[in-house]
Formats: sequence, C-alpha cells, structure tokens
Amino acid sequence: MSFPKVRTPYLLLLPGFAFLFTFFILPIINLAQTSTQTPIVGGDTGEYEQTLAFGNYIQAFVENKEQFGRSFLYASLATIFALAIAYPLAYAIAFKSGKFKNILLVLVVAPFFTSFLLRTIAWKQILGEEGFVVPGLRSLHIIGQQTTLTSTSVAVVAGMTYNFLPFMTLPLYASLERIDPRTIEAAGDLYANGITAFRRVTVPLSLPGVVAGTLLTFIPAAGDYVNAAILGSPNTKMIGNVIESRYFKIVDYPAAAALSFTLMAAILILVTLYIRKAGTEELV
Amino acid sequence: MSSDAISARGDLRLTRITKSYGDFKAVDDLTLTIPKGSFFALLGPSGCGKTTTLRMVAGLEEPTVGSIHLGDTDITTTRPYQRPINTVFQNYALFPHLTIFENIAFGLRRRGIKDVKEQVDKVLNLVELPHLAERKPTQLSGGQQQRIALARAIVNRPALLLLDEPLGALDLKLRRQMQIELKWIQREVGLTFVHVTHDQEEAMTMADTIAVMNEGKIEQMGSPADLYDNPETAFVANFLGQSNLIKGKIDGNDGDNLIVDLFGQKISMPKKRSHAVDTSLYAGIRPEKFRISLLGTAVKGNTLTGGRIEDVSYIGVSTQYVVAMPWGQELMVFEQNDDGVPPFDKGDEVLISWEPSFTFGLRGDEDIDAGTEVNPEELEEQ
Repeated sequence: MSFPKVRTPYLLLLPGFAFLFTFFILPIINLAQTSTQTPIVGGDTGEYEQTLAFGNYIQAFVENKEQFGRSFLYASLATIFALAIAYPLAYAIAFKSGKFKNILLVLVVAPFFTSFLLRTIAWKQILGEEGFVVPGLRSLHIIGQQTTLTSTSVAVVAGMTYNFLPFMTLPLYASLERIDPRTIEAAGDLYANGITAFRRVTVPLSLPGVVAGTLLTFIPAAGDYVNAAILGSPNTKMIGNVIESRYFKIVDYPAAAALSFTLMAAILILVTLYIRKAGTEELV
Repeated sequence: MSSDAISARGDLRLTRITKSYGDFKAVDDLTLTIPKGSFFALLGPSGCGKTTTLRMVAGLEEPTVGSIHLGDTDITTTRPYQRPINTVFQNYALFPHLTIFENIAFGLRRRGIKDVKEQVDKVLNLVELPHLAERKPTQLSGGQQQRIALARAIVNRPALLLLDEPLGALDLKLRRQMQIELKWIQREVGLTFVHVTHDQEEAMTMADTIAVMNEGKIEQMGSPADLYDNPETAFVANFLGQSNLIKGKIDGNDGDNLIVDLFGQKISMPKKRSHAVDTSLYAGIRPEKFRISLLGTAVKGNTLTGGRIEDVSYIGVSTQYVVAMPWGQELMVFEQNDDGVPPFDKGDEVLISWEPSFTFGLRGDEDIDAGTEVNPEELEEQ
C-alpha cells in the first residue's frame, strides 16, 4: 500500500497546522476584522461594529508616524550594536575558545534563566543614579554632571541590544563554527593576509548567520515595547507602546489592530528587501 | 625582506628541523634537500611527521628549531601568504561561496593581477574541466573538486607545490587515474611537487624521489626502485611492499660477496647490499624473487631446503604461497602464473631458491616487525 506513505507527511504536519490555525490564523482574521470597525453610535466604550472603515489605517499611521520611525530606528541601532558585539564574541567562541567552548555557549544563553522583564528592570537600576555606570561615566567626563541615562533613547537602545544579544550570537556562532578552518588556511596559502582572508572567506561564509541573527534581532526589536516602557520616557515611545496603550488603556481596538497590521506589513517588506539584497538563497 | 621571499626560486632545503608539541617531537632533527623541478614524495604512516613537515614548508606551522630555505632565501618565519608556495589541501578546502572560476582566480587576484581570465581558462583546460567555470564547488564530484584544487594552486606558478594526501578521498580507480594525470601535469608545468602520502603505491607511481619517514625522522631516501630493491631498514623493507627477513650470521667472504649462514644453510649475497654493522644480520628477500621447486629438483642460486607449503592463494596473475621453514618461520612467496605449471598443493615438500643479487642485508638488531603493523590501504586519514 503506497497510500499511507503518501499521507504520512501530511499527518506529521497536522498537529502544527491545527495549532497555528487555532492560535494564529483565526486570531489574525479576527484582528483583520477588528481593524476596519468603527464605534457603535451611542454604544459604550469598547463597543464596535464592522463598517469596512479602511481609513482607520491611514489615520492610525498618520497619528503615529513618529513612533513608527522611532521603532525602526531603535531596532536598527540595536541590531547594529548587537552585531558589532556578537560577531567578535561568536568568532572567539567558534575559533579560539578551545575547551571553554561549551561553557561560553552556556554563558551566552544564561540570561534566559531569568525573565526578560526582570532583566530589563535590573537595567533600570544599573543605569540609574545609584548604579555605577552613571557616576563612572561622569567622573570620566564622558557625560555631563547633570546628564542621566534612564528615560533616554540611549537606555532603550542599550536595553534592546542587551536583550537580543543571544539571538544574534547563536546563529552567528552556528555559521562560523561550520566554516572549515582549512578554507581559511587555503586563503592564506593563496596570498591573502589575515584581514583579506577574513574579508574574502570568513565574512562571506558567515553571511547566513549574519542574516539569521539580524532578522532574529530586528523583527522582535521593531515590535518591542518592554524596553521602551521600562527604560524610556514618553519621548522614546515605540509603536509597540502605542498599540499596547490603544488596546488596554484607550480601548480603541480598531486602531490597535490597524497599527499591528501596518507594523507587520512594514517588517515583512523590509525583511524581504533585506533578504533579496543579502542574496542568502545563493549561499550554501 | 618579505617581498623578496615571494620571488624566491630554487631547491628547498630543510636544515635540522625539529617541531615539538610539549614533550612530543613530531619532526625530529630533519635535514632534507628537495631539488628544483622534482616530484618528491614524503611517505610514511600516520603520525610519522610528514604532514607537519609539509605544514612547516607551507608556513602554517613554525619549526621549533631549524631553518627552511628556498634557493638562497630563508623562509623559516615567512608568513604563508608571502611564500611562493601553494598547497593542494587534503579534502581540497575549496571556497564554497565562490564559483570554480573565482576559486582559481583567488590567488591571482590577491597578487593584484587584474586580467585573470586567460590564465584561469588555461589551467581549467589543463585539468580538462573548462565547462565547470561557473559552478559552485558543492556541485562537483570528488574527482572534479580534486582537479580544481590542483588548478587553483598551479595557476599561481609557485616555486613549490605541496600536495597533502591529495587523492585520499577518492575511490581506488579514480585514484589510479589521477596518479598518472598528476605526474603528467607535473611534467607539463615543470614545477617542483612535494607530495605527502601514506600510500606507498601512490608514492612509487608518481615520485622521482621518495623519503620514507618514521617517528619524525627520515628512514631512507631514494628513487622508488632503490627503496624497493635495497631497503636499508626493516621499516622501509616492510612499509614498501612485503619482505621476508631471515635471521642469519655472516660466515665469511667470497670476493664481492658475503657468505651468510641462515639456520645452518649457506647463502651468498653482494657485500654492498648489506647494511649490517657486525656479523649478525637479517637476510631480506622480496616474495616475488623466490622460486619454489619440488624437493630434489636441481636449481641455481641461493637455495633453502626443508620447506613445506602451508597455504595457497590463487589470485589470477600470481599465486601466493606461505611456506613453513624448518626453523619455524613462514615465508611469503609470489609466483607468476606464466609457466603453465600447475600450482603446488598444500603439504608439498619444497625448496626455495633465488638469485643471490636480489638479497639485501639489514642490521641484526632490527625490529623485524617495524612498519608491518600499519596497513597503508586501511589508513584513510590520520
């Protein structure tokens, strides 16, 4: 009987598909419906009816242009900083750590043993007046005597960089570790000095890790609201914070839904352009 | 200073090279000259120091003691990218992200050569794969990757081309074919090739000169025929082909020959083929040099009587016999199946004879099992 064999892959897909359908597809449809609703005339707060008001999207976007821009700016900065920190780290773990490799990898994921929220609150302490960072930077005259770090964009970007660092480090490590060290030796053998060998062989071969790491950092960072809520101020509000307040505080479900969709679409477009540009499909 | 190294040409000279890792000496006081234009093989079992030697020549390792010269230029501490030396790596180490064309052009581009197309096309034709220029390495078979690795190295016309077990990953048939091709390409391009291998047949097929290495030292160096016909040590006698080593005592002189007593039977051998230092020696005879005759037959040359056929294996071109001798030793004999005489049977009482000039003599204090415990065919990688 060949029938069961043909059906096996579908049977294996079924649990995942059922789960995604229930908890992703249905809510997305529901969200899409909500995004074009308007308040019922004479109804209570939070009572809406479907009127196919696509103007909600334009209105939501126009009202929150600044927060959108900020979200993508902060997410980009956090991604760049995380890449700058994670690449040397992953490189050292992959090529130079010897017997300490496993310990270092455990240390990279160690932050996951504590909650995301707790760690972000801890950053508030670290960057606060009582912490050692601000007095330290002041005594070195890197920041002025009156300057604070909490409730600033610096704190938000720093928090995001920190929180997403493991997501950048692990894929980078995985792709660097896969590089056959003999290809790097071969580059040296073929008249490439250390820097050229790194630029021409190591970097291109680690590109899949760079793409994976930047996506895993940028996508959640663009939608993040925890860092901005805990480490920022009203001036550092990101689009995640707007959606959260529209939904829970103002009870403006349609606007929250429209913003969510706009954010998703924007991320999708950016990511597609990025992958096209990086040309990962050509990489081995 | 370093820019001089890149244009250095001439013989490669290793002078008293030692490479230690802690207490372990991978290469031990090695001195070696490889003449320009030769096809030179470093042959030995895994762990004998041959790959370490190659890596020091390439600049991937630095000797603990000693110096390396190329012509008159000292390159002992020159960085790999400043040496006019290229390597064909074991498992090839092609760049997976670059096309075959760009893999081959890599070395040329690093030296600032802009117009690479003509040279790349030329070597692609030499290795007979011009149609694969735009492919990626993973789309090629093992044999094709091997040729590209070779092309990527020779396109640079280095003073020295190093080949690190270049055929180790290929199957037997392809390996045989590539051995002949490599030899042909070496003559064609006229570069010095230094080839590292554990496969004695590969070394003998390709190289003009072979250095047999064991435990970080060179056991013997010479042409394939020299090494095979007149090994100086038990290790060489056993590592290159098979040998029968029979314990004996030098019992006098007869002109240019020595009279040797082998368990009471006298044989003779040329004096100049003996490497013994006193009267004790091992007489060595290759299995195919022996002739077997039934007891009572009149034969010429050296003769040993009292043998009994212990085992017979018919393998087509030849028949291999194990002959038990009265002193308890079993001798290997390979007889060509070219005389129409039916093979001997197990249990036949025979005598063994051979041409005295085929005998070689080893020191009596040698370990006669040296070099036998490693089977080169079974060692794929170190």
